[in-house]
Amino acid sequence: MTTNITTQDPVAAFEAAQSELRRQRRLTNISFIIAFSLAIAISFYVGEVRIDKILADLPGLFTYIQGTLPDIHPQTAMADIGEWYWAFPQWLVLLFDTIIIAFLGTLLGTVSAFFICFPASRNLIRSTWIYFLSRRLMEIARSVPELVYAMIFVFAFGLGPFPGVLAIAIHSCGALGKLFSEVNENLDEDDIEGVMATGANWFQTIRYAVVPQVMPNFVSYALLRFEINVRAASVIGFVGAGGIGQELMFVIRQFVYQDISAIVLMIICTVAVIDVICEKLRHKIITGKALV
Amino acid sequence: MTRNSKPLSPKAFGSIKENNPRIFTTTAATRLRQFFFWTIFGLITLFCLWRTGFFDLPTIIEGLDKLGDVFRFMLPPAHNGWLWEFLYAILETLAMAFLGTLLASIAALPLGFLGAKNVIPTFLFHFGLRRFFDGIRGVDALIWALIFVSVVGLGPFAGILAIAVSDTGTLAKLYAEAIENVDKKQIEGVKASGANNVQIMRYAIFPQIFPVLLSNSLYYFESNTRSATILGIVGAGGIGLQLSDRIKINNWDEASFIICLILITVFLIDTLSKEIRSLIINETR
Repeated sequence: MTTNITTQDPVAAFEAAQSELRRQRRLTNISFIIAFSLAIAISFYVGEVRIDKILADLPGLFTYIQGTLPDIHPQTAMADIGEWYWAFPQWLVLLFDTIIIAFLGTLLGTVSAFFICFPASRNLIRSTWIYFLSRRLMEIARSVPELVYAMIFVFAFGLGPFPGVLAIAIHSCGALGKLFSEVNENLDEDDIEGVMATGANWFQTIRYAVVPQVMPNFVSYALLRFEINVRAASVIGFVGAGGIGQELMFVIRQFVYQDISAIVLMIICTVAVIDVICEKLRHKIITGKALV
Repeated sequence: MTRNSKPLSPKAFGSIKENNPRIFTTTAATRLRQFFFWTIFGLITLFCLWRTGFFDLPTIIEGLDKLGDVFRFMLPPAHNGWLWEFLYAILETLAMAFLGTLLASIAALPLGFLGAKNVIPTFLFHFGLRRFFDGIRGVDALIWALIFVSVVGLGPFAGILAIAVSDTGTLAKLYAEAIENVDKKQIEGVKASGANNVQIMRYAIFPQIFPVLLSNSLYYFESNTRSATILGIVGAGGIGLQLSDRIKINNWDEASFIICLILITVFLIDTLSKEIRSLIINETR
């Protein structure tokens, strides 16, 4: 190419180079499109998606949605809503349990993540094998879905909220531990040096140099995790690990249409309220105000 | 990290404390407030622990014993001749995540435009739409899966729909935010060349939001791979069905084999999507 440019007309050389570039571009685009369509075709086949079946199911979907909607007449609105939420006290207790599961799961997860995050921070630990071990431990804890832990724990501890709390705690420990150790790795080294200069040992250094710096971030992440865990706790009952999930699974499986919308609406409202509260608290923490 | 200076003597520390009383004492009101906070927090926690059965020691000890058995049975993981069925189920899981994310991305695009403040300035409209997105987002994909299983029947198709619906809310919200953050100068520039509204969307807005959309979709493909692995527990296809079956009949070595397969798949997809995302970001720069 370089030898050609000197002999050729510069405009022609430019055109040639550009067309070559375009050709390459087109080639990558085409190969990308082919790969993408291939992926779609395989997914359609493996995912058992058939257009005729979709068209046949579509009316069923609308009747289903229609069936879940409560019939509320303007004249008897209150009575109708009362009938729609006929089991309101029971559901409220189940929802309360769901929040308790999420709360305890987050609390236990946060506490254990707090203890495991310092040995998992590159800048705080010298021993390579402790660092490696705590990192792998957190990875395993967060890579296995909560529901899988829940199924195993339900087998061991029996039905009820206890296995649910454990499952959420372990998963949260892994997820939070990673975030916490990232916070630790970004902290100000000057403070550590200052505290070490007073003759503090490793634990004292962590307590007086690291913890005060990272605590607001930790609490903020824990609150974020609580929001996620409320959603998770609402479905952990599907495998028998307590909360509203068990009841929801029952009404969906038994086609108790109006109860489905009633319970789902309650879950949506709870999640929304907790999101708003947590966001307020997090904002307070980030702007540096004390919570207590 | 060297320690060559001597620790501060208690006497010197005492004199610092005496000379700066404000730093070393907390007011009575603060102390009282903290005391009340921690007492109430502790009581609530105790109540929650009691309510969820943490004080039922015999059950816990028996459970731990059983858990130990489970772990013993889990090792070593074995497929017992089911390898191809498991791999096909993994493929099914990936197909569910892929099609679900694709459907959600397509559905979220127009919804994202409608939900953006700068496209439709009516407050009530976009506020209502945003709350609607939040509502969809508040319902876990597993609940959608359970509902779709009772509408379209068992199988991966229910899982695809569940992922598509639950992610449409999230992606629409993210898209709307991306559209709200576009650079106005480019819109003005294209408008000045005499473009109509559709052309403005195509040539001024779309090129700006496209990388954001693509990287969000990829990110959600990644997270959907994780959630698709468990949708099978409620009958919506994929590897979760195999896993919950194995756990139900106490086939722990096969269950642990499936868990390992899930971990490997998730790891591979994470790596792949990270590569593609960094490729996209480099391309647009």
